[in-house]
Amino acid sequence: MKDFSNRYIMVFSVVMIVSVAILLSLTALLLQPRQEKNVEVEKKMNILSSINVTSTKADAVELYDKYIRESYVVNIEGERVEGVDAFTVGLRAEQKKPLEEQFLPVFIAVDDRGDTLHILPLEGKGLWGPIWGYVALKEDLSTIDGVTFDHQGETPGLGAEINTTAFESQFLNKSLFRDGSFFGIKVVKGGADPQSSHEVDAISGGTITSKGLEAMVYDGLIKYEKYLSKNRK
Amino acid sequence: MENVEKEPLFSAKYRKLLTNPLGQDNPITVQVLGICSALAVTVKMNPAIVMAISVMVVMAVSNVVIASLRKMIPGRIRIIVQLVVIATMVIIVDQFLKAFAFDISKQLSVFVGLIITNCIIMGRLEAFAMANKPWPAFLDGLGNAWGYGAILIIVSFFREFLGSGSIMGFPVMEKIGVYNWGYEDNGMMILPPMALITVGLIIWVQRSRNKTLIEENK
Repeated sequence: MKDFSNRYIMVFSVVMIVSVAILLSLTALLLQPRQEKNVEVEKKMNILSSINVTSTKADAVELYDKYIRESYVVNIEGERVEGVDAFTVGLRAEQKKPLEEQFLPVFIAVDDRGDTLHILPLEGKGLWGPIWGYVALKEDLSTIDGVTFDHQGETPGLGAEINTTAFESQFLNKSLFRDGSFFGIKVVKGGADPQSSHEVDAISGGTITSKGLEAMVYDGLIKYEKYLSKNRK
Repeated sequence: MENVEKEPLFSAKYRKLLTNPLGQDNPITVQVLGICSALAVTVKMNPAIVMAISVMVVMAVSNVVIASLRKMIPGRIRIIVQLVVIATMVIIVDQFLKAFAFDISKQLSVFVGLIITNCIIMGRLEAFAMANKPWPAFLDGLGNAWGYGAILIIVSFFREFLGSGSIMGFPVMEKIGVYNWGYEDNGMMILPPMALITVGLIIWVQRSRNKTLIEENK
């Protein structure tokens, strides 16, 4: 191999880095609209699945517009914050802010039965990475009408089971409030009491994911306590 | 020199570049490289196939780029240049997956980014592309990626079939109706150790058929 001068090496490196930078920025710029569209469609599919509407990539946007009537942001006091688009609020960024400055998105849906449902987003930590989900509440703002959970990389067959219908359907008709105050949902190891309206079964072998999910539901929803209490019927 | 110029595009020597990595020179089963991603992305067939294609694109293009520049690359910084080329290709592939195969890109998650650290690619650049013309380097890249991909697809076939009862997402076991006879999917197949064991079994089969691969005991 030939020996090159230092000057040559410097020039070579600079030319290489500049051309690589241009190439990468161009690719990112050209593909960005498509990527953002994918993220948006996925979020809409997630929201829809919490109210039991199955959508595909093709019809998610259309169905979202059909079912979701309104969306807005509230603060910790339960007051509406104007001028913020609920759909674009990123929960992970919000959780880093002080509690009183956090935006809490609310989506209002009317399903096929004509019931009005409140959909609240959640985000938390599993064993290996983030987990997230949406909870749809009935008009009493305490009874759960549907949930959807998902995860980035929980263990297949164990923690990853949180996004299965078998696990999610346990949340149906459970209540967040007990005797008028916020209680949350307990994820119980070794069998939940079927009579209880606050307990669901944990996943065998997925203890940390189950605990993370319990914390996510509690921490995520207690922020809405004032909003929910104010608007409860 | 003249003879080399006239060598046909698919001469016996060049064909070997494509076929050797499938068998006696396989990067996974013979050279035992690229094992980590082989364990991670072989739970289902679809991500494994996309991973194989991604590695193929990255490997073929980087090999060609490095082979074309081989006389201009200063030896002292050649490893960095190779890394920059691989990293650039990986980012481009990752961006394309996010735009056009969003679901699969989520399943592959970090492993697309980790193609950068796949020793097979770096190894081929350093061992082959730095010393050969672009066309053989292209064939060598394709061949090695194909050898890697073939193992990925074989392993993922068994893991998905036995672990989830499906082939490429199609629920074969359910259609046959074996669940009614008391059959259950083997959950072990989904976990990473079974990928290692599956790769081990492939190596065993290959070495018992091709004795030249067995190292002599010293």
